[in-house]
Amino acid sequence: MIEVQDIVKSFDGTQVLKGISTVFETGKTNLIIGQSGSGKTVFLKTLLGIHRHDSGRILFDGRVYSSLSKTEKRDLRTEIGMVFQGSALFDSMTVEENIAFPLRMFTNKSNKEIMLRVNEVIDRVKLIDANKKKPAEISGGMQKRVAIARAIVNNPKYLFCDEPNSGLDPKTAIVIDNLIQEITHEYGITTIINTHDMNSVLEIGEHIIFLKNGVLAWSGNHKEIIHTDNEDVVDFVYSSDLFNMVRDAIRHMDKKKTKKELKNREQE
Amino acid sequence: MIKSSLIHIGRYFLMLKEVFSRMTKWKIMKQLIFKEIDDLIIGSLGIVCFLSFFVGGVVAIQTALNLTNPLIPKYLIGFATRQSVILEFSPTFISIIMAGKMGSFITSSIGTMRVTEQIDALEVMGINSLNYLVFPKLIAVSLYPFVIGISMFLGILGGWFGGVMGNFVTSEQFIVGLQDTFIPFHVVYAFIKTAIFGFLLASIPAYFGYYMKGGALEVGKASTTAFVWTSVAIIVSNYILTSLLLSK
Repeated sequence: MIEVQDIVKSFDGTQVLKGISTVFETGKTNLIIGQSGSGKTVFLKTLLGIHRHDSGRILFDGRVYSSLSKTEKRDLRTEIGMVFQGSALFDSMTVEENIAFPLRMFTNKSNKEIMLRVNEVIDRVKLIDANKKKPAEISGGMQKRVAIARAIVNNPKYLFCDEPNSGLDPKTAIVIDNLIQEITHEYGITTIINTHDMNSVLEIGEHIIFLKNGVLAWSGNHKEIIHTDNEDVVDFVYSSDLFNMVRDAIRHMDKKKTKKELKNREQE
Repeated sequence: MIKSSLIHIGRYFLMLKEVFSRMTKWKIMKQLIFKEIDDLIIGSLGIVCFLSFFVGGVVAIQTALNLTNPLIPKYLIGFATRQSVILEFSPTFISIIMAGKMGSFITSSIGTMRVTEQIDALEVMGINSLNYLVFPKLIAVSLYPFVIGISMFLGILGGWFGGVMGNFVTSEQFIVGLQDTFIPFHVVYAFIKTAIFGFLLASIPAYFGYYMKGGALEVGKASTTAFVWTSVAIIVSNYILTSLLLSK
């Protein structure tokens, strides 16, 4: 579980995060959504320790990040897996070497043990015939799978994903979303996803926070977001006619379902 | 301008401090060092050999063409070639060429890693990215004096070839010139310079690559800036080192 308490972050005197507080629970896919410039990426990078926050506290399972010693911070980082927007795979290494990298860096496992674990996660993310290829030789979707495999190979407690669907076709995007959700449930990881993708919001948003101008404007889940009347959220999520239609249809169906349930109860 | 230069200089030294702290696992570092030796040292040998041989030849021919007075002995062609190649051409001018070749490679490779978030990935994993990326390069360029040693040899060989094949000087006269008033400290001076230039060649481009911001276009700009500042640093330190080591 990651607990965020009143986080403030400024750049050159301009407040980008204005006192955000929330809890990201273990075993859930937590989504951060908001318009460009709302502070999503800064928030994610602050959680990761890439940006130092001005005030507030971030607790990783009770451990206050800013109070940790350098060694403790380094140890904590080995518990974090990160999937970057552009995958951030090491160009000079093969797929296999990229995935094995955290194990070679942070464990004293033998080569045989490392390869065993690498092949295990390769199977888990369903990467086929790509072991010896360089990142430039595989598709965007496969690169994302490699990035996920690298992020989970060292059994992280926390998984961060920065727009994991960007640049992917809708079908591959759904596959990647489902993969992240499955892994989150399977390994009991605290997963935080920074996304623009409305499919992801409606599919895997078990806990969603909506940022507007550096403020947490709304929080809920993928079911609640359909029924919310928060203008900012409605304006952002249902900005397209298609999503509006989907929303209306779901609301209509839910109303029908509720009426039916009430009727059934009355009859009983 | 002065403020921004001071900021850069300060950040450069802070970067160097960070490069030597929180060392990467030796097992991994060893592989990185060998890779950098291959990329930076072995990869530069071809162009260095080619340039040294032909420039050495040109130095000999130019000297011969300018020795019009019959009272000046021909062996001076060998002497002038040796002095030019050992004192300046090999250590300084090859280093400036290397600032373009090796320097732009370092800036663009680190800069691309910055743009594509590979450096962020290292940092998130808890790896000291400066040590991981820059330290192996600094160790690899400690072999740079060997490259310059080869350059000196080939420069003089090129001078002999140009002088003798062009019938400007006989082989014996050229060799007499090479041995004339030879001061071994000049070679030591050249290697001291080379070692320092090697350090500048790896660290300044690494600085510009590591701290660059933006996209692909900025990687190109950073490479150009790195080349300019590495050349400036080499020229200025050449002046200081020459004053310190050779002035009486």
